[in-house]
Amino acid sequence: MIPEFGHYALILALCIAIIQGILPLVGAHQGRREWLMLARPAAQTVFFLLAIAFAILTWSFYINDFSVLYVAEHSNTQLPVVYRIGAVWGGHEGSLLLWVLLLSTWTFLVAQLSKALDEFMVARVIGVLGLVITGLLLFVLMTSNPFERLFPAAQDGRSLNPLLQDPGLVFHPPMLYMGYVGFSVAFAFAIASLLSGRLDAAWARWSRPWTTAAWVFLTLGIALGSWWAYYELGWGGWWFWDPVENASFIPWLVGTALLHSLAVTEKRGGFKSWTVLLAITAFSLSLLGTFLVRSGVLTSVHAFATDPKRGIFILVFLSLVVGSSLVLYAWRAPKSSLGGKFSISSRETLILLGNVFLVVSAASVLLGTLYPLLIDALHLGKISVGPPYFNSVFVPIMIPLLVLMGIGPWANWKNTNLLAVIKRLWIAGVVAVCAGIFIPMAMGSFTWLSSLGFLLAFWVIASGCMQIIRQAKTGKPTRSFIGMQIAHLGIAVFVIGVTMVGGYQEEKDVRMLAGESVSVGGYQIMLENVSAVPGPNYNAMRGTFLLMRNGKLEATLYPEKRSYFSSSMPMTEAAIDVGLTRDVYVSLGEELPDKAWAVRVYYKPFVDWIWGGCLLMALGGILAISDKRYRIKLRQAST
Amino acid sequence: MKAKFLIPLILFVVLIGFLAVGLNRDPHEVPSPLINKLAPAFNLPQLADSQKMFSPQSMRGQVWVLNVWASWCVACREEHPVLVEMGKLQIAPIIGLDYKDQRDDALTMLSSQGNPYLLSAFDADGRVGINYGVYGVPETYVIDKEGIIRFKHIGPLTMDLLNQRIFPLLSQLKKS
Repeated sequence: MIPEFGHYALILALCIAIIQGILPLVGAHQGRREWLMLARPAAQTVFFLLAIAFAILTWSFYINDFSVLYVAEHSNTQLPVVYRIGAVWGGHEGSLLLWVLLLSTWTFLVAQLSKALDEFMVARVIGVLGLVITGLLLFVLMTSNPFERLFPAAQDGRSLNPLLQDPGLVFHPPMLYMGYVGFSVAFAFAIASLLSGRLDAAWARWSRPWTTAAWVFLTLGIALGSWWAYYELGWGGWWFWDPVENASFIPWLVGTALLHSLAVTEKRGGFKSWTVLLAITAFSLSLLGTFLVRSGVLTSVHAFATDPKRGIFILVFLSLVVGSSLVLYAWRAPKSSLGGKFSISSRETLILLGNVFLVVSAASVLLGTLYPLLIDALHLGKISVGPPYFNSVFVPIMIPLLVLMGIGPWANWKNTNLLAVIKRLWIAGVVAVCAGIFIPMAMGSFTWLSSLGFLLAFWVIASGCMQIIRQAKTGKPTRSFIGMQIAHLGIAVFVIGVTMVGGYQEEKDVRMLAGESVSVGGYQIMLENVSAVPGPNYNAMRGTFLLMRNGKLEATLYPEKRSYFSSSMPMTEAAIDVGLTRDVYVSLGEELPDKAWAVRVYYKPFVDWIWGGCLLMALGGILAISDKRYRIKLRQAST
Repeated sequence: MKAKFLIPLILFVVLIGFLAVGLNRDPHEVPSPLINKLAPAFNLPQLADSQKMFSPQSMRGQVWVLNVWASWCVACREEHPVLVEMGKLQIAPIIGLDYKDQRDDALTMLSSQGNPYLLSAFDADGRVGINYGVYGVPETYVIDKEGIIRFKHIGPLTMDLLNQRIFPLLSQLKKS
């Protein structure tokens, strides 16, 4: 009975979402206040109903109700409770439900936090979000109902893919989706302002914190996914340019461009139509990402079982949402006024240039991701695009971007003397060049690529430090200034991590007997023994390794090779000794004849800086949102 | 309406067109001009030991399977357990062609996920792949006793495909 309530809640949510999507928009157009006023209660009700549906699905997993098809397919009696909860979004139907739930969560938050905003604007924003929710709920109910029953009920479920049985599953998808879906708010603000014809600085000021919030979630979500892949997949890599990773990274790049462009629109009233276009694009790319993942047009580690009906539905939905937005854009954007004039050498120009690099990089990643599909559609054959393409295309675009990051924040709005700025930055230049020369030498081998990495990272850091000193002299810096500096510092930290791992990691594949040791990066790793250890729903072979430096024990590591009862594929659980300046990573391979084991060890210098950098970026974003200027404006707007 | 504001819309329509066509295409079906032709000759170092070489001529008189793979290829990881199963059945030797890969990465993948191959030839720059007309990794070829390609599959192998097409073909070729 309970699952039927969930199904019913979904249907009811769809009905209310239709109201939320139509009446406020029509009301705003015709000036009917009573229809406008429906926006908030409708958004709240949809959120409430979807939360109930989601809670019921979670409950069905919790009690292992195998009469629900989706539960039977993704859970079984031996699955630990925490993964049963994670399994709610471990498959297609549940992850879509999570998508819609988060979308309505954002809508709910907009409804709650927009008291100070113009009623017409709020109604339009909530209305646009209502239309998107309607489309997705139709998709869920028509092609992917998570509450579908299975009669007679299964004795036991099929269980979750062992790859997904990891704490990463509990946090990564909700965080990533929160970011992905969060761009819908910026999108809705953009559409609402196009509809009203009020493309002004106020619109930018309102959508800016929302966009930053979505960007923070997306940054954290991508970082979590990368970290999960790093420790779970056992390949020691942190980014694979997999189509689904790209599907989240492309909106991130465009979202980053949008953040900066919104700053110009807010402060200077410029780039209006460009900013609107970016807001539409960021969300469209999130939808496109969903299409790519859900339709199975591309093969990927993330692909779920695919169904052509679903693919067609999402494609139609994507065409409607993005197509109508772009028609609206083509119709209304030309009417927007130009912002304040600025000269070629100004902060506006530098931000625009940065935007161009970000958008070009996003386009090149998108091209690489879709290329196999394009070639196939043109009957030119079938190909697979691998990391070599992405690395050779993406990295060169990032070089000028990092150079710009050191200069941009120094430039004034409207007009600036770039020559004077560059002259002032000579100290940062010297620091960067020294870092580029001496760090690779200190690490033991000089390559141009790692030299360039350090040079750019220290350029950004030194320039940032100089700005902080300058700002501290003139008065208390604002939170959004500190936020920007921390986020930029995060990029530099990230670049250092990538450069260190790329240039100086060591890896060894060895055949080991108990008592033998292998040395990597100045550490000795000794295999003590390998023993059988039973788990809740698997059997594991667990190795005990002693990590030693100069004969002193630093840590004991326990990598495992697991075979899950529900799957024939063995899983590798790597063991990692985490450190600020290095990770030591041990993974247990195949059992070889004569009681020997294949063992793979990595020494990865500064690898945690990659995710540390992402954390700093997110922290910077959070600080920027908390800037008091938004609160003041909020109060001003309400009086 | 200014024309430049229509550009995003036009780009999007083109994209949707491609996606629609893509949905209706089976990503794994490609005809090959190499069917019933002699398998192109090559001589490549082996993956596990770069001192040793491998050449298809050495397989004359045997029915064998050539599987093109790479550690960077996601579909290959998906396919890998199927190959491992196939290797266990020992119906025919499977030779790997490790395509445009890093030796270390490839060896890791084999050590962590199992090695179904009798051996793998290491095609670092992909030149042999070009001769075979490799469109996308993974690809699988069935080659008969005379060294003639009898079957080609693009994309990951599945148990169904093995049971329905490849195993019957292998046993038929072995008899002739």
